[in-house]
Amino acid sequence: MELQQRVEKAFTDALDLPADVDWATLEYRQYETWSSLGHMTLVAALEEEFDAMMEADDILEMSSFNKAVEIMRKYDA
Amino acid sequence: MRDIDLSGRVALVTGAARGIGEATARRLIEAGCTVVLNARTLNDEAQAVFADLDALRPGSTTIIDGSVAEPAVVATIARTIFAKYKRLDILVNNAGIQRDNYIGMIPDAEIEAVMVNNVFSVIRLTQALSRLMKRNGAGSIVNVASILARTGNPGQFVYSASKAAVIGATMASAKELGPSGIRVNAVAPGLIATRMTEAMTDADRRRWESQIPLGRVGSPAEVADVIAFLASDLSRYVTGQVIGIDGGLVI
Ligand SMILES: NC(=O)c1ccc[n+]([C@@H]2O[C@H](COP(=O)([O-])OP(=O)(O)OC[C@H]3O[C@@H](n4cnc5c(N)ncnc54)[C@H](OP(=O)(O)O)[C@@H]3O)[C@@H](O)[C@H]2O)c1
Repeated sequence: MELQQRVEKAFTDALDLPADVDWATLEYRQYETWSSLGHMTLVAALEEEFDAMMEADDILEMSSFNKAVEIMRKYDA
Repeated sequence: MRDIDLSGRVALVTGAARGIGEATARRLIEAGCTVVLNARTLNDEAQAVFADLDALRPGSTTIIDGSVAEPAVVATIARTIFAKYKRLDILVNNAGIQRDNYIGMIPDAEIEAVMVNNVFSVIRLTQALSRLMKRNGAGSIVNVASILARTGNPGQFVYSASKAAVIGATMASAKELGPSGIRVNAVAPGLIATRMTEAMTDADRRRWESQIPLGRVGSPAEVADVIAFLASDLSRYVTGQVIGIDGGLVI
């Protein structure tokens, strides 16, 4: 699976997003489920998908879907 | 003695090269646990202690040196534990420093050092490692506070404040992490015979001892036993508590 698809999968699993979500513009807090609590669920889903432990700065900087893809490149072993 | 069974569990003990940290690591290893040992610097003394600890059950330890007050060290610890074990069951936030000075004579650098070493380390490690515990839906964090958090003492203004902060952090994290299956408790040692208390004058020691109902100073092993209990399933319904280990000094 492409990296972007794996990030999409984690987002979908964690945040219960609508089927027609626009990944390119998706931002933190845009949907009710991507709240600060949802963010921790998302981190857990990403860590599960990439079998990694994310660093605190990356968690705090992950403010959009695009940013998440960029960050997860680091963890793509 | 295997009355407390921690086999299969992975623990981190900070400041494990001597005193209460060393005794705790020993107790956990004896209980069957795999222990990640931390020391600020891996000097000859620390290396010798860690070799002795590993000899209790060869292969049961991993060493990570560095100050747990530093974010980069905390990140390394989280990464290493994840890479090697993929889990963490027990976190013992033991590392701490004591600097005594009277109010009005405390250098700013000392205020900062005590708060950073005693408080920031606990907050940073809890934040980084509770996420690893959450993955298993279980974990036990034991923070080493002090009776001085509750009583204070002349000359120990900053140290007492730092340990009170540890208790606040214990309670808040117990509430927040409880739903994820993580328990957080603190121990509040009284006067324990370690290097931290060696500098005390004989007169001071006698004055303290005369106030201890059990009549003597405690040993690191006596603190380690309570930490092992809090780390184990024997305390599975205990969270957000501060347990005094002080021979009755504070009642
Ligand atoms: N002994 C007592 O009567 C007593 C009473 C109440 C509470 N406590 C608490 O119990 C804990 C253990 O104390 P102890 O009596 O065993 O004292 P100790 O003999 O001085 O041992 C503390 C150990 O923690 C290490 N440490 C401190 N800050 C660290 C850091 N940022 N990163 C890594 N390691 C660090 C120290 O290394 P360095 O030498 O390099 O700093 C030392 O090896 C402390 O939190 C202390 O405040 C002790």
